[in-house]
Amino acid sequence: MFNWFYIEGILILVGVNLMVVLGLSLLTGFTGLFSFGHAGFMAIGAYVSAVCTLYYHIPFVPAMVLGAAASMVMALIIGYFTLGLKGDYFCIATLGFGESVRLIFDNLDFFGGARGISSIPMITTFELTLVICILAVAALTLLMHSRHGRNMIAIREEELASQAIGIHVFRYKMISFAISAAYAAVGGALYAHYLGYLQPLMFQLTKSTEMTIMVIFGGLGSIGGSVIGAVLLTFLPELLRSFANWRLVFYGAAVVLIMISRPQGLMGGMELTDLWRKFRAGGRKRRGTDVLPDEKKEGGDAA
Amino acid sequence: MLKVRNLNVSYGGIHAIRGIDIDVERGEIVTIIGSNGAGKSSLLNAVSGMVRYQGEMEYEGQQLPSQPHNIVKAGICQVPEGRLIFANLTVLENLKMGAYLRNDAKEIERDLERVYSLFPRLAERKKQIAGTLSGGEQQMLAMGRGLMSSPELILLDEPSLGLAPMLITTIFEIISEIKAMGKTILLVEQNAFKALAVADRAYVLEQGIITASGPASELLRDSRIREAYLGRK
Repeated sequence: MFNWFYIEGILILVGVNLMVVLGLSLLTGFTGLFSFGHAGFMAIGAYVSAVCTLYYHIPFVPAMVLGAAASMVMALIIGYFTLGLKGDYFCIATLGFGESVRLIFDNLDFFGGARGISSIPMITTFELTLVICILAVAALTLLMHSRHGRNMIAIREEELASQAIGIHVFRYKMISFAISAAYAAVGGALYAHYLGYLQPLMFQLTKSTEMTIMVIFGGLGSIGGSVIGAVLLTFLPELLRSFANWRLVFYGAAVVLIMISRPQGLMGGMELTDLWRKFRAGGRKRRGTDVLPDEKKEGGDAA
Repeated sequence: MLKVRNLNVSYGGIHAIRGIDIDVERGEIVTIIGSNGAGKSSLLNAVSGMVRYQGEMEYEGQQLPSQPHNIVKAGICQVPEGRLIFANLTVLENLKMGAYLRNDAKEIERDLERVYSLFPRLAERKKQIAGTLSGGEQQMLAMGRGLMSSPELILLDEPSLGLAPMLITTIFEIISEIKAMGKTILLVEQNAFKALAVADRAYVLEQGIITASGPASELLRDSRIREAYLGRK
């Protein structure tokens, strides 16, 4: 059972999920916007790239970039009309978006309708996925350490205050949403060229929620947490496969257990480097959700 | 400095501000008093670009920009109601966030010293996580953060909200000191007595309409206003 072909398949799925989860991590974990429509962006990336390679014989990487670009454009259009909405309403709008994307692919003959597209060239390999994921993690880390990333975190922390000090809140929400959509699309493109076929049914609401669960499971506001969430929650159902129908019950129970014992997620807003620093310091001090390594004095009386 | 003409703000079917005119001159404290739901905060939010409005607003002889960040750039800064500080950052980091749009490191450092001398409490607690400050200290921090953007006009929304009487006195003393620094203040307050005592001019806002205006000292003597807002005859 544990041959390389099988393991490689799961690792590629980890990579696919990781791409979507990293995108969601940027949007939800760092900018504070929940989306239940990322399966839609994934679908756009998957379908656009598949059509490019299959019908127009474009090489995979440019096809993937085209898929990501299409997804970004879609995010900018949707975002322009919905990012002015308050958090919950935006969330509902993304939910509607995700479902409509699926239904549109379901009804367009060009994209194969409900039967989907088959015989897509199976280009995705473990190595390719790994390289793309490493680049994606590196890019996201750089972004979050830049002024732009910090602006997004400020918006998550206190939107009105961010506006009051002069951050262009709407623009940064748009940027975050667009990058997030592009990440999901890259995941979709890898997925399409791994499986070799596509069906609208693959991109249902459950897919979106699955991705959101991974982000929250790993810990909002942590890139390392997103990686861990994606890896663990992709592997877990596979490890439980021998329990047949019971495996989803175990999967659900595992997620519930983690959320009860660690509501802030596994990493809880910390990065692996923070953990390492903490370990080096001998765990002298425990602090709140955000760790500022150069912070020595803990505040005193709150009257 | 700020000229508001025929301002209207609506939320869906609710007409919160119905065509009001307001003037703020450089260097003065102008206060808007009125009861809950009179439209005081809507007025400030319209000036700072947080809500949409109809009407004209002129700042320093030019049309007021429409987007919040451009308004901050123009030199208007809002200290929002309910403080809204960055709870996970330290006091110092919060203050630095206030200088978000500025690049003049030396000037920022000087303004930081000014804020510390205005609010010694913040200097004592600069390394403390802001979320652990008391309500009064958080209000001070929000005001300090506002000053860090080096504004010409400061919009103060209910600075005394939820504070102990002693602290309210301190906050109003500081408001006078900020005026003495040469800043202009548009103050929205429910504590009409304190607000009128500190202000140069005042407007009374009732259900979206200005029902009285004039020098603050005159309104303070006005028997109608004393009865309605100050609870004394």
